[in-house]
Amino acid sequence: MVWVNSILQGVLLGGLYALFAAGLSLIFGIMRLVNIAHGDLIVLAAFLGLVVTSSLDIHPLASLVVVVPAMALLGYLLQYLLLNRTMSDDILPPLLVTFGLSVILQNVMLETFSADPQKMNTGALDTASITVGALHIGVLPLLMFAVAIAVIAGLQWLFYHTAIGRAFRATSDNADIAQLMGLNKKHVFSLAMALSLAVVAIAGIFLGTKTSFDPSSGPARLIFGFEAVIIGGLGNLWGTLFGGIILGVAQGIGAQIHPGLQQLAGHLVFLILLAIRPNGLFPRVAH
Amino acid sequence: MLEVKALTSFYGDFQALFGIDLAVGENEVVSLIGSNGAGKTTSMRTITGLLHCDANMVLWKGQPIGHLRPDQIAKQGIAMVPEGRQLFPSLSVEENLRIGAQVNRPGFWNLVRVYELFPVLGERRNQASTTLSGGQQQMVAIGRALMANPEIILFDEISLGLAPIIINQIYEALPNIIDNGLSALIVEQDIARALKIAHRCYCLSEGKITLSGGTDVITQDDVSQAYFGV
Ligand SMILES: Nc1ncnc2c1ncn2[C@@H]1O[C@H](COP(=O)(O)OP(=O)(O)OP(=O)(O)O)[C@@H](O)[C@H]1O
Ligand SMILES: [Mg+2]
Repeated sequence: MVWVNSILQGVLLGGLYALFAAGLSLIFGIMRLVNIAHGDLIVLAAFLGLVVTSSLDIHPLASLVVVVPAMALLGYLLQYLLLNRTMSDDILPPLLVTFGLSVILQNVMLETFSADPQKMNTGALDTASITVGALHIGVLPLLMFAVAIAVIAGLQWLFYHTAIGRAFRATSDNADIAQLMGLNKKHVFSLAMALSLAVVAIAGIFLGTKTSFDPSSGPARLIFGFEAVIIGGLGNLWGTLFGGIILGVAQGIGAQIHPGLQQLAGHLVFLILLAIRPNGLFPRVAH
Repeated sequence: MLEVKALTSFYGDFQALFGIDLAVGENEVVSLIGSNGAGKTTSMRTITGLLHCDANMVLWKGQPIGHLRPDQIAKQGIAMVPEGRQLFPSLSVEENLRIGAQVNRPGFWNLVRVYELFPVLGERRNQASTTLSGGQQQMVAIGRALMANPEIILFDEISLGLAPIIINQIYEALPNIIDNGLSALIVEQDIARALKIAHRCYCLSEGKITLSGGTDVITQDDVSQAYFGV
């Protein structure tokens, strides 16, 4: 039963990893931009949640109402004012700039919030659980998982059933010709980054309610996100969710064997899958 | 209506166009003829804003537009059917057409009219655009341009890689399209056809215009001479 339990916890944790990954996958899919600062932006969102929660004296989940639009706006401006200047056929310049941004963000957060680990208190939600037979399922992880599915389903719907989703896909296919359809490439890219950081905001708040975080937590979240994206197959959102789950389960089983093995088990499974299926389990069909 | 003046264009340090002058009037069909690498595609990509040029090198209804972004130029009523069709592979046939209407210009053309013009597209509206034959893909590319209700369409080698029977079908549809008050600038490798369909033509060689005039006076021999830069 311990095993079933750790697998279940792993599945639920996978939802959080999928949230880390979705925003990353989205902007890579639309504009071939690898955002090295993604993890640090997740941590920034968590700190933002902390500030909003304590200054307005509201529940951490209620802070989403402020943090999601704030991060989306930040994403739009970041892309419009900075990253768009680095975009070309060469994927290296934006990679370097976001790497620099990652360093800057970590240092600014260190200056502002100190290196002390922080955590957001969700009150009764922290300990609430549902008991099914011998299994105890935390309500918060369950909620996190449900939100991850809702976010992925929402993105999927946006991509395939709205004009902006059509614009994203067209720009991803052929940015030049998309412009001839009256789409301003810089605006489309900025909207994509806004959407990515809206998801980052959700990921950050859940990160901050689940575990403690500090200004240097970002890069590890970036790695988990990358691993989930690659396992699932680039450009496939449901695959990303599945990749997150595999990663979560591997970590859960690893931790069950020995607590020190949690992270290592996740990385090992990632490396093994990368060796067997370099394109991921569900790569987007090549055109 | 469309005037190109002393247009130059570069790919990095490489100069592809050396001061091109051309004009297309209202309701006029103009052919642009030239051998491989002459700069036909480059001209069209520069006019549509995909390649940079100075503001006054391209005039639209007397106004400079050379400095505008491609999406701004598209909204002014200039559409292109690009070389090699370049449909959006992740969009269905109908989505490819609908995205053409993104420029928000009201007018004669809409989904129903495009499906009337090319009925086969209506039958395949929900298919991925990649599953169509070359000719059908070309119809989508033309339909996509029409959906913008443009005032001029730049056609870049619409017959490239298509079977003769399909080419005939597409050229049969062209007069119907142009009768609805459109101008056209056409790049066509088949010189006889290029002269037959157009009111006027320009010959382009190594980035320079070498011959221009009405198709009533210019003969295929004149073009061949200009073509080979003799
Ligand atoms: N992306 C590019 N980078 C560098 N040079 C280019 C590029 N595209 C075209 N050229 C060069 O510019 C010149 C004009 O090319 P362009 O494609 O405009 O010719 P074209 O008349 O359309 O030829 P074709 O009949 O082959 O389509 C050629 O010398 C070509 O090699
Ligand atoms: Mg060409």
